[in-house]
Amino acid sequence: MTKAAEIDIASVSKVYGQSTAVQAISLKIPAGTYCCLLGPSGCGKTSTLRMIAGHESITSGDIRLGNVVVTDLPPARRGTAMMFQSYALFPHLDLVDNVAFSLKMKGVEKDERRQKALDMLRLMQLEAYATRRPAQLSGGQQQRVALARALITDPEALLLDEPLSALDPFLKIRMRAELKRLQTSLGITFVHVTHSQEEAMALADLIVVMNDGRIEQAAAPRTVFERPATAFVARFMGDHNVISGRAVASGNGVVTLEVANGGQFKAIGDAADIGGPVDIAVRTDRVRIGHPDQAGLGFNGIVSNIEYRGSTVKLTFDGAGVEDFTAILDDATFFQQTIRVGDAVPLSWGGADAIVLGRVAA
Amino acid sequence: MATMTDTAIAQPAVRTRKPGSRIGEFAAYLQALPLLVILGTFLLLPLLMIAVVSFWDYDFAAMYPDFVTFNYTETLGSWVTWKTYLNTLKFAVIVWMITLFVGFWAAYFLAFHVRTSAMQTVLFLVCTVPFLTSNIIRMISWIPVLGRNGLINSALVDTGIVAAPVEWLLYSDFAVVLAMVHLYTLFMVTPIFNTLMRIDRSLVEAARDAGASSWQVLTNVILPLAKPGMAIGTIFVVTLVMADFSTVQVMSGGQSASVALMMKNQMSLLQYPAAAANAVILLVLVLMMVAGILRIVDIRKEL
Repeated sequence: MTKAAEIDIASVSKVYGQSTAVQAISLKIPAGTYCCLLGPSGCGKTSTLRMIAGHESITSGDIRLGNVVVTDLPPARRGTAMMFQSYALFPHLDLVDNVAFSLKMKGVEKDERRQKALDMLRLMQLEAYATRRPAQLSGGQQQRVALARALITDPEALLLDEPLSALDPFLKIRMRAELKRLQTSLGITFVHVTHSQEEAMALADLIVVMNDGRIEQAAAPRTVFERPATAFVARFMGDHNVISGRAVASGNGVVTLEVANGGQFKAIGDAADIGGPVDIAVRTDRVRIGHPDQAGLGFNGIVSNIEYRGSTVKLTFDGAGVEDFTAILDDATFFQQTIRVGDAVPLSWGGADAIVLGRVAA
Repeated sequence: MATMTDTAIAQPAVRTRKPGSRIGEFAAYLQALPLLVILGTFLLLPLLMIAVVSFWDYDFAAMYPDFVTFNYTETLGSWVTWKTYLNTLKFAVIVWMITLFVGFWAAYFLAFHVRTSAMQTVLFLVCTVPFLTSNIIRMISWIPVLGRNGLINSALVDTGIVAAPVEWLLYSDFAVVLAMVHLYTLFMVTPIFNTLMRIDRSLVEAARDAGASSWQVLTNVILPLAKPGMAIGTIFVVTLVMADFSTVQVMSGGQSASVALMMKNQMSLLQYPAAAANAVILLVLVLMMVAGILRIVDIRKEL
C-alpha cells in the first residue's frame, strides 16, 4: 500500500541553550521497522522524535529519510506524519474535518477530501462518529482519530509520541495490539517513543534504549533483554540484577570480579582490564535457592522483602557487597520451603545466566 | 449510553440524601445572600425604578406618578432619536472593528511571539498602564496632541507637509473614534489573550505537520479557537461604546451625539421620564445585541 522509508540519523545533536538534550546519536532504522525509542523522561527520546518530525531544529548532524536528507525540510515535506502525545485533535472541527485537515491545507476539493476522510474513518471503524467533535469521544477513539489524521497524508514513516500514555491500562494493551496490526498491514516505518519497557518489548522490531541524550543500546527486543549492553539497560529493562565490582581475573571468555567486601563472581564476557570496574547482570528469574555448583555463581543473602505476585514470588536479598538482589521464584518452588524475611538463604545461578555489561564512554 | 450511566449513578445519590440536608441547602442560600442583596439593591432595583419612571408624566418642574406611554412614542417618533441611535451604532461598529483588529494582533503577539511568561506578564501590565489614570484625563490629553496648535498639526505645518492646520483631527468623529479605540482596546486584548493562551500549542504543531502554512494555521486553527474571546471582547466594547457620553461630548466638541449624551441632556432639563424611556430602549437594544453575539459564538467554555 505505502512505500516505507529507511531513517538514517547521523551524529545528530540537540542543544537547548546550556543543556544538551541529544548528544551526537547515530541510528539506522531499516524501512518498515517498528522502532521504539525507550528511556526515562528527559533522556532525549522525544527530542529525537521531534527532530525526525521536523518540529525541532537539529543543532548538528543530519537526518535522511529514504534518499532525501530532510534536515532542513518543514514537517509536511518530509514524508513523515506525527501523532502527538495528547493527540492534538482540533477541538473546533468534527472528525471528518479533523482527518481531512491536511487535504484541506493542500487545497483538495471539499467533496473529495471529505470522501477520503470518511474512507479513513471507516478503516478505523469510526464512521458512526464522523460528525462528532473530539471532546465527545473516548480516549481510545480519539487515538484512532489521531491515527487516521496522520495516516491520511500517506506517510513513509509514522512518528508516535507516547501514543498510549493517556489510556487506561486495559485499553493500553488493546491499542497496543491495534498499533502492531496497523504497522504490519501498512508496512511503513513506525517510530514510537515510550518509557514503558513492556510496551517496547511487545511492539518493537528494534528497541533503542536512550539515556542522558545517548543511545545505550539499539537492538532487537530479545537481544536487549537477554544481552543488555550496559548496566543502565539491564536496570531499565528490569528483571536483571546488576552487580558492580572490580575485575580480578579474565580469560576464556569468563571474567571474575570482586565486590567491595570480598565476594567474587564469575560472568561470561570479553577480557576486561584487571583492576578495572566491571558490571555484571544476573537474570532475576534464573536465580535459584541452593548452593552453587561452582564458586562465583552465587552467594548467601538475607531476605529483606517478599512480594507475592500470584504465579511468581519476588524475593529481595541483601548480601556481602550486594544490595537489593532480586530473585523471582515460581510459586510452587517458593511454597515448598518456608522462607521468611530475615532468613539467610544460599542463592545460585547457572554459568550462562551472568553476563558482563559494557560501559558507555562517558 | 453515557446518559444511562449518568442517571444510574445519580439516582441512588438522590435516594440516599440525608434528612439533615435541608440545613445544607439553607446554608447555600445564605452564602449567596450578600451577592443577591448587592445586585438587588444596586442593579435590579434601580433598573426597576427606571422602568417605572419611564411611564410617568412630567413638566418643567416635577414628575407625576402615572401610566402614560408618550415618553416612548415621543422618543421613538422623533427623527432626532433615530439619527442619534444610528450615530451611536456607527461609532460602535467602527470602534468594534478597529479594536477587534488591533486587540487580536496585540493578543496574538503576546500569546505566541513573546517566549517567556515573565515577559508576557510584564508586557500585559504595560497594556494596563493607561488605566492607572481616569478616562477623562486620558481623553483630555489627546487635545494638546490633536488640537489646531497641537503636536501633530504644528509638526505638519513646520515640516511644510500642510499649509494650514488640519481641522478634522480634533472635535470630529475621527477624534471620537480615536479616543474610544484608545480607551477600549484593552477590553478586547484581555479576553482574546486569555483564549489564545489556552490554545494547546501542539495543535499548531499538528497543523504544521499536516502541511499548514502560517496563514493557514491562523485561519484554520487560531482564529476559530479565539472566537469566544473575541465575542467576550465584543460584548465589552459594544456595551461601553453604546453607553458612552463623555468621550463623544469631549472629543466631538459637542458636534456629534450619542444616545447616552442625549439622555444626559434630557436629565439636565429635568426630563427624567423621557431619559428613563430612552434608557429602557437602549438597554433593550444592547441586550438584543449581546444575545445576538451569544447566539453566534458559544462562550460558555470560557466562563
